[in-house]
Amino acid sequence: MSTSKPENISLPLDLISLVLPMHIVVGDTGEILQMGTTIEKIALAQPNMPKTIFEFLQVRRPRISNSMDQLKEMQGRALSVVLQDDDSVSMKGTLVCLPNSGVLINLSLGFSMVSVVQRFGLTLNDFAATDMTVEMLYLIEAKTHAWKLSKDLSDRLENARRIAEEQAYTDTLTGLKNRRALDQTLDRLTHDGSPTEIFGLMNIDLDYFKQVNDTQGHAAGDAVLQRVAEVLNKETRKEDLVARVGGDEFILLIRNCDDLNLLESIAKRVIKGLEVPIPFEGEVCRISASIGTTLSEYYSPPDSDRMLSDADLALYASKNKGRAQHTMFSPKNNDWQPAPGTEISPNAR
Amino acid sequence: MHGLINRSLQGFVQDCYGLETWSKVASHAGLGFQSFEAMLTYPPELTEKTLASSCAVLHKQRDDLLGDLGIYLVSHQSVQALRRLLRFGGASFVEFLHSLDDLHERVRLAIPDLSLPPLTVTQLSTEEFSLNVAEGLPGFGMVFAGILRAMGDDYGALVMPECFEMEKGAAVINISVLDVSFAKGRDFDLAVAGG
Repeated sequence: MSTSKPENISLPLDLISLVLPMHIVVGDTGEILQMGTTIEKIALAQPNMPKTIFEFLQVRRPRISNSMDQLKEMQGRALSVVLQDDDSVSMKGTLVCLPNSGVLINLSLGFSMVSVVQRFGLTLNDFAATDMTVEMLYLIEAKTHAWKLSKDLSDRLENARRIAEEQAYTDTLTGLKNRRALDQTLDRLTHDGSPTEIFGLMNIDLDYFKQVNDTQGHAAGDAVLQRVAEVLNKETRKEDLVARVGGDEFILLIRNCDDLNLLESIAKRVIKGLEVPIPFEGEVCRISASIGTTLSEYYSPPDSDRMLSDADLALYASKNKGRAQHTMFSPKNNDWQPAPGTEISPNAR
Repeated sequence: MHGLINRSLQGFVQDCYGLETWSKVASHAGLGFQSFEAMLTYPPELTEKTLASSCAVLHKQRDDLLGDLGIYLVSHQSVQALRRLLRFGGASFVEFLHSLDDLHERVRLAIPDLSLPPLTVTQLSTEEFSLNVAEGLPGFGMVFAGILRAMGDDYGALVMPECFEMEKGAAVINISVLDVSFAKGRDFDLAVAGG
């Protein structure tokens, strides 16, 4: 006895729904004859219960007109379908022509599955056991969580990196910038290739600081350095750079400045500020400062090494003149001594 | 050891006993940091150390603490993720139990470098199930017994899991599902706003 394959199979609606809960049987004139339980949930949520397939769905791709003849030609093709009333609800579909008349369309949720499931209140029981939609929803949710954990981690690492970088550019005792920060800023200002901004470079060396350290101790020295930082911050603008580059040596970059008078007055105010006696544990510490300054305008191309050494030259001139002095470097005679009336002569070199 | 596992233990101590208690555990274990990162990997002995320190600081038996950790992971309001992901396994508690065979694979799909011991479910009778936990993660069986108890509540089923630990962290959990309509379970929306 041999078994032969059945030519046709027939199934009651509730059984078809077990395997195809999103199927629609459409009659020859487009009328909806039966629907699976899940697609029926969606149909029932429409403003008016659709009577024909064309009232309910619109085939987006391939583009066809709303006729049964055209629909039948789509047999076996992959269809992209949206709700007639809301094209944000997209589904995938495929259809077959039924032996006698009409077509059977089977649908599944497309990329909008998350919002569709939410909106129509679909549950685990609304999907065929073979449908991977639930697994997709699981994955989307699990991956979203995992992604958020990773994102949080990178945010924290980025934050830690910022702090570490900030610390790497900061002098811990005074909170001022350090040598590394100065070098980087100078490098940017002199090697950028762009039309460079004019800035003043001010080299400050504390006077009598060694005596404070030797006679009043290192704690007093530290207090003095912190006070120096306050004074320097007070006498400069936010965009200027204030760096501690040695034990009692500081460099200021006065940004966007070509005004020698302004530099002179800043230097005077710094010296005056530093000469205010600094109280420490019932005593006072007294210091002053010698300052040498140069201007980026004097150099073509800008050269940070030469600026540093020229400011140094001017600084030692201040020391030689008896301390608590400010001296401008003069490009005219390539020395600190300014020839009267020729301080500003950028083309001299 | 995947940071998620350590982070879970930390979350349990923090959420149930307070930040200060967690700080004590962290210093007792000599971690040298305040917080585990869920997405980093840590040496396995750190997990054991943290677990032992948690028991010492909280004056709890290891098995009790692991069971409580499992219950916390599913039922505490600050961790909803695991409960939701487990509920994808099935519409009823029994379906959920059967889905545990796939848990290993599911977890791997979500977080490829998190390797949990594979689980095998055997149905012994209508009400009796047996869950085999493969070796590899000592204590996981005890935690999972707690998870099963809490998931029972979630589905509204009265579930009595009993865990027997074997060698190398393997375990067998006997599960009696006493009444699947024990109480109304919590609602589960298949999709929630914002994923």
